[in-house]
Amino acid sequence: MSKFKKKKSGDLPAVNTASLPDIVFMLLFFFMVATVMRQNTLMIENKLPFADQVEKLDRKELVMYIYAGKPSPRYQQKFGSEARIQLNDKFADVKDIQQFIYAERETKREELIPYLSTALKVDVETNMGLVSDIKQELRKAEALKINYTTRIGEVAKN
Amino acid sequence: MAKRSAPEVNAGSMADIAFLLLIFFLVTTTIETDRGISRKLPPIQDENVEPPVIKQKNIFTVIVNRNNDLLVEDQVMQLSELRQAAKDFLDNGAGQGEEACSYCKGAKDPASSDNPTKAIISLVNDRQTEYRTYISVQNELVAAYNELRNREAQRLFGMDYTEMEAKYNDPNFTGNKDKLEEQIDQVKNMYPQKLSEAEPKN
Repeated sequence: MSKFKKKKSGDLPAVNTASLPDIVFMLLFFFMVATVMRQNTLMIENKLPFADQVEKLDRKELVMYIYAGKPSPRYQQKFGSEARIQLNDKFADVKDIQQFIYAERETKREELIPYLSTALKVDVETNMGLVSDIKQELRKAEALKINYTTRIGEVAKN
Repeated sequence: MAKRSAPEVNAGSMADIAFLLLIFFLVTTTIETDRGISRKLPPIQDENVEPPVIKQKNIFTVIVNRNNDLLVEDQVMQLSELRQAAKDFLDNGAGQGEEACSYCKGAKDPASSDNPTKAIISLVNDRQTEYRTYISVQNELVAAYNELRNREAQRLFGMDYTEMEAKYNDPNFTGNKDKLEEQIDQVKNMYPQKLSEAEPKN
């Protein structure tokens, strides 16, 4: 009968944490694989609109990003609150877009150039005037494949 | 000297190191949004080229003003009704003889489009229109095309058009790609996406 009496001591046994590192490593690997490092530090507000007729952009290395929106609060003193374009890490003017496209093309292998596309990440509150100007510049630079990056959801949420 | 076993490495702090890395990746992660509405811009044309003559009834005008209101074919419309209106226009098929549309299921209203291959949607924005409205309108118009294409693809091949496209773009797809492309083109040509955008007026 003494078999059953052994555990009668009052203290709770400590929880075994030996597998904790394994769990953490598992999470770590998940995030390492899922992570895409942000290429550009955003200096603008960038709330994307909702849409549900979306297509996926694969081959990230073939996408050029153009951001547009109001400067974020800490840049507003310097750059005002009017919507602006951001290319790479700095604010840019409409006329810089062509140059940007050409520079991006230079960095890509020649046979991949026809597959390049431009993703427009534009804040919902931007006026179409600016977006049209961007599109006009893209037409001049013959970068005709574009993609309006959106979040997935009903348009009613816009 | 007798052989000694190597002392065991203390792994007690491994969890801490792993946590540190984990937190770093957690903070830097942005699950990137890389989906969106794909469009193709028209190439710049010579000023001298005369635009082709298009019958007024084959054009579906959508105008968005600076207050983000919609004017569709001279009538004020809510965004929620746009998709159906665009579908009705595209699928009308009032054409006779050579222009007849055998697969259209529309009302055949003589005042509306002759054939989906002739029907053009024209979108005019104001410079003050908000981007969110523009994207909503684009989305609804693309949805109208997709729904009609889905219907025809379902009828001909028993599969949604959007599903066919997804399969075609999937690098792991094992089936017959050439045949799929042919089928996609066939559906595409039944309802070609003719969406023209004018440069915005002030």
